[in-house]
Amino acid sequence: MQERPGDDCMKRIYIQEEYCIGCRLCEIYCQVKHSKSKKIIKAFKEELVDIMPRVLVEEIGYNSFAIQCRHCADAPCVEACISGAMQKNKNTGVVTCDEDKCVGCWSCIMVCPYGVIRRGLSSGKIASKCDLCVDEEIPVCVKNCPNEALKFIEKDEDKKDMMRSKNEKKK
Amino acid sequence: MALKLTQSEFETERDENKCISCQVCVRQCSNDVHEYDSDQDTIYSDNLKCVGCHRCESLCPTGALKIKERDSQFKTNYNWSPDHLRNIYRQADSGGVLLTGMGSDKPYTVYWDRILFNASQVTNPSIDPLREPMEIKTFIGRKPDKLEFKKNKNLKNKSIKLKTKMYPQLELSTPIMFSAMSYGSISFNACKSLASAASQFGTYYNTGEGGLHKDLYKYAENTIVQVASGRYGVDVDYLNKGSAVEIKIGQGAKPGIGGHLPGEKVTEDISNTRMIPEGTDALSPAPHHDIYSIEDLAQLIYALKEATDWSKPVGVKVSAVHNIAPIASGIVRAGADFVTIDGLRGGTGAAPQTIRDNVGIPIELAVAAVDERLREEGIRHKASIIAAGSIRSSSDAIKAIALGADAVYIGTAALIAMGCHLCQKCYTGKCNWGIATQDPYLTKRLNPDIGTRRLLNLLRGWSLEIKEMLGGAGINAIESLKGNREHLRGIGLSDRELTVLGIKHAGEAW
Repeated sequence: MQERPGDDCMKRIYIQEEYCIGCRLCEIYCQVKHSKSKKIIKAFKEELVDIMPRVLVEEIGYNSFAIQCRHCADAPCVEACISGAMQKNKNTGVVTCDEDKCVGCWSCIMVCPYGVIRRGLSSGKIASKCDLCVDEEIPVCVKNCPNEALKFIEKDEDKKDMMRSKNEKKK
Repeated sequence: MALKLTQSEFETERDENKCISCQVCVRQCSNDVHEYDSDQDTIYSDNLKCVGCHRCESLCPTGALKIKERDSQFKTNYNWSPDHLRNIYRQADSGGVLLTGMGSDKPYTVYWDRILFNASQVTNPSIDPLREPMEIKTFIGRKPDKLEFKKNKNLKNKSIKLKTKMYPQLELSTPIMFSAMSYGSISFNACKSLASAASQFGTYYNTGEGGLHKDLYKYAENTIVQVASGRYGVDVDYLNKGSAVEIKIGQGAKPGIGGHLPGEKVTEDISNTRMIPEGTDALSPAPHHDIYSIEDLAQLIYALKEATDWSKPVGVKVSAVHNIAPIASGIVRAGADFVTIDGLRGGTGAAPQTIRDNVGIPIELAVAAVDERLREEGIRHKASIIAAGSIRSSSDAIKAIALGADAVYIGTAALIAMGCHLCQKCYTGKCNWGIATQDPYLTKRLNPDIGTRRLLNLLRGWSLEIKEMLGGAGINAIESLKGNREHLRGIGLSDRELTVLGIKHAGEAW
């Protein structure tokens, strides 16, 4: 697996839900990223059946937010995986699914507390989940969010940020 | 109801080869123009609802959309323009006053485009602002009649001290401020972007007449609070949370007209900020009912000075009308520390179209006339002049200053920096860019971090350009340009226009 340039893989994707506008461009660019051609029009016109977005926008009324794999510290999907396909990188903590090993038992889907693992459509049996676009400088969903609602940042600085915005709201 | 004479103004052109039916356009349009048909996997567009805001076009990931003015044409008629016809159809449908938003789009002469700025050649050197200091800092407020100094007679320390007590001043790092736009007419995120950009750049934003949200109190040092005819949200805390107070008499887009914020927009937050019950219409009367003369205005000015402990400049904002010069003179004599003049093309969140397009005079002529009059009367130093009403670029700003303004207000330009596409539908409350709306689904489209960044960039860009132009003219401080009309020349203007502007025609030397 390719590593991100500079190996800053402790960064994670977070959503500022107050700025998620529900446009779903994150989903669209995720699909393009994981398509064969990586070309948006070709991917959608010819390859769509084969690709699922690995980020999902949840929406109720005017509230919406994009969610993808949280790369949990105690990832239950890794524990539940019967074939050893679901692995957690010891250095970076990124959880990835080795698609060659995946047998499609869906144990990971059953245990995922966020519901962010889905059946990959291509062969039917592959579990499909966010891989943090490790070969990109920043994940495509973050890069293409028109309102910068998605952030790709280190956990600590992020926590501070989130706390700040929450405190501001309370005031 | 079947007969509908109103026609669509715009046409959405969708390139089917590029459209991937991702439905971003469907989700982004608050006017429900686009609709997805799942049976056919196609998106249909209802042109009649399109307002031409270009939100869908901007967010379309494949560039499949193009918004064009519809080319369906009425029979050519010099007298009855398509605008006249459309307005009559709309009015015959509704029976009401036609509303509109933003500044007038009618083809009145834009004098900025008929004025040229000077540069140095041979006889005086130009200055390179990247290598030499260039001062664009300016101060708003009353200046003393004369300066008195106290000399220290001590032989060892011959320092000189200022004896004159200075009046309170606003210190601007650039002669550009954000003009009054109330919370209510624009969203909280838009207000926050303006406030935060003003505070980071060292300039000021104006609350407008809608009070001040408590979350914005922290920007107090860069806030001008407004007191308008409705007195919404005005109490002593509010006055003291500003660095200056502005009494709003009129606004360029609608001189002589009050305001009306419909009850639907008066949400819980806005009702708290405006200090009115939730869901009630916020009606600003046309006049201040306690100001029927210059003497009455003086009373309010001094009441506000008293309430703020004489620590802040108190100014008056008026729209540019026919007698603007004597009006401004009266305002200065009434004790105002600055006079804001808002010209014909100034923007608004909602105004009757006929007022916006037919009442008032252009800001260029008003600033020139007011500066001239105050100089003649020897009271120019008693108040600063702020020019507002469609300052579109740094060159407009610098020309305004050369005509006699101390600083300019930008409103529309600031909104455009945040995404506004001038569709002029602010009054509908359906702003797709999250600016002129209170709908929580739409307001979150303006991330204040992005808004602040873009406004800062705009201020920075304009300030750099002002420095370049100043340097080119061989001037190293904005104060030296103020009212320096020798640096301006008119082009294609009549003698009368040149006289009012107080400038020579291009080609005339001194």
